[in-house]
Amino acid sequence: MSPLLTHDVPSGVAYSVLVRAGRDIRLTALEDGANCSTLIFAAHDRVDRLNLPDTLKAQMSACIRAPMVLMSDRGLGLASVTGSSLDWHDALSGHSLDAHAERFGPSSYGADRNDWRRSARHGLLSELRKHGLGPLDLHACVNFFSKVATSDTDAGTLSWVGGHASAGDWVTLRAEVDLLLVLSTAPHPLEPSWQSGGVRVEIEPGIPYGADDPSMTFRAESARALLAAKEVFA
Amino acid sequence: MRAALDTPAVEAAVLDVVVQAGDGFVGRIPAGGLFRIVDLHGNQAADTLFFDAHDPTNRYSAMDTIREQGAVYLTTGSRLLSANLDLLATITADTCGRHDTVGGACGQESNVIRYGMHTRHQHACRETFVKYAASIGMAARGLPHNINFFMNVPLTSAGGLTFADGVSAPGKYVEVRAERDIVVLISNCPQLNNPCNGWNPTPIRLLGWWPQ
Repeated sequence: MSPLLTHDVPSGVAYSVLVRAGRDIRLTALEDGANCSTLIFAAHDRVDRLNLPDTLKAQMSACIRAPMVLMSDRGLGLASVTGSSLDWHDALSGHSLDAHAERFGPSSYGADRNDWRRSARHGLLSELRKHGLGPLDLHACVNFFSKVATSDTDAGTLSWVGGHASAGDWVTLRAEVDLLLVLSTAPHPLEPSWQSGGVRVEIEPGIPYGADDPSMTFRAESARALLAAKEVFA
Repeated sequence: MRAALDTPAVEAAVLDVVVQAGDGFVGRIPAGGLFRIVDLHGNQAADTLFFDAHDPTNRYSAMDTIREQGAVYLTTGSRLLSANLDLLATITADTCGRHDTVGGACGQESNVIRYGMHTRHQHACRETFVKYAASIGMAARGLPHNINFFMNVPLTSAGGLTFADGVSAPGKYVEVRAERDIVVLISNCPQLNNPCNGWNPTPIRLLGWWPQ
């Protein structure tokens, strides 16, 4: 199906896009080591935003993977993960801050023009502010294409997994309500080299789903979140 | 764990309140102050948030805290960071062992997702959070992901996550030292539908020590 919109987001910058309910969002890593720190808001009420703790606990997962439903603060299924070439997308370690970018020395527009090293926070805030939002709207993000491994240890040790994504790796989401998607391609905060990769964003028309949809049949919790999304406006 | 000799005397506390099950608390802790939460009856989740008292937008960040410490559970020595990576508080004593900050707070709508529509009107932590946050001028939008003191949410290397029976017991406590002037916001969890409160929410006691 040909996309309604295709946009290549270069490495190290931020982007936002409004997506209609029912459409598919395809993110594709354009280079090895891509990271996509992503925030999602219900477009009709942006106080209702992606809540990863609720998403993880309702679906008993420490990461994001198909066919999980991404849930909001107020119990809506915002988007379903309909497929991915990767079985793990990081949901625990947040986006990079200026302190992470500054580990690699000073960088500025004056010195480096558009190769200026900017943190995910810098880019996400810039996009959020264009929509009238700000720091209070920086909830936990999904780091698509990145993996921070959890462990069975008593401390719950986390460890960075380098080289998780290769060029061509992809993930698809189905928008369950109208969405505002805000994303940054800055490196993951645990990436030791400040190397990242661009990400292609494609919005596709989408296909109606039924009771046999993998996200509907995954867990009763996932199905209830999808039902809430259908009933978002009475 | 801190040596018993360093434990402040309960009778010297300048803050000593009992928070009933399903109720909440908001209060200010000056820099250097010690703040203790006591699980009076055991297995009681204390949903907790910290804010910079001089800038409530500089608020506790669960994800920044666990990433920077390289581990998901909180215990003695954990540095509780804000979204600006400022140190808000440090856990200085913990007789429980570990605490969750990945599982978030219960809400009426998320209860519906987890347990069904019959739970829609059961009391939930977010009702308490928004009420007490409003008392200091904060709205729902300003509430970040919280800490669940005394709650046990084990993760596995395969990427699993479960709400397990509590690791806490009557009298267990956790204590933090304020590293700047902070505001603490607590919901004493009313959840009835999973083992986080031992199926029976009970009171907690809050103790604080700082110069008056």
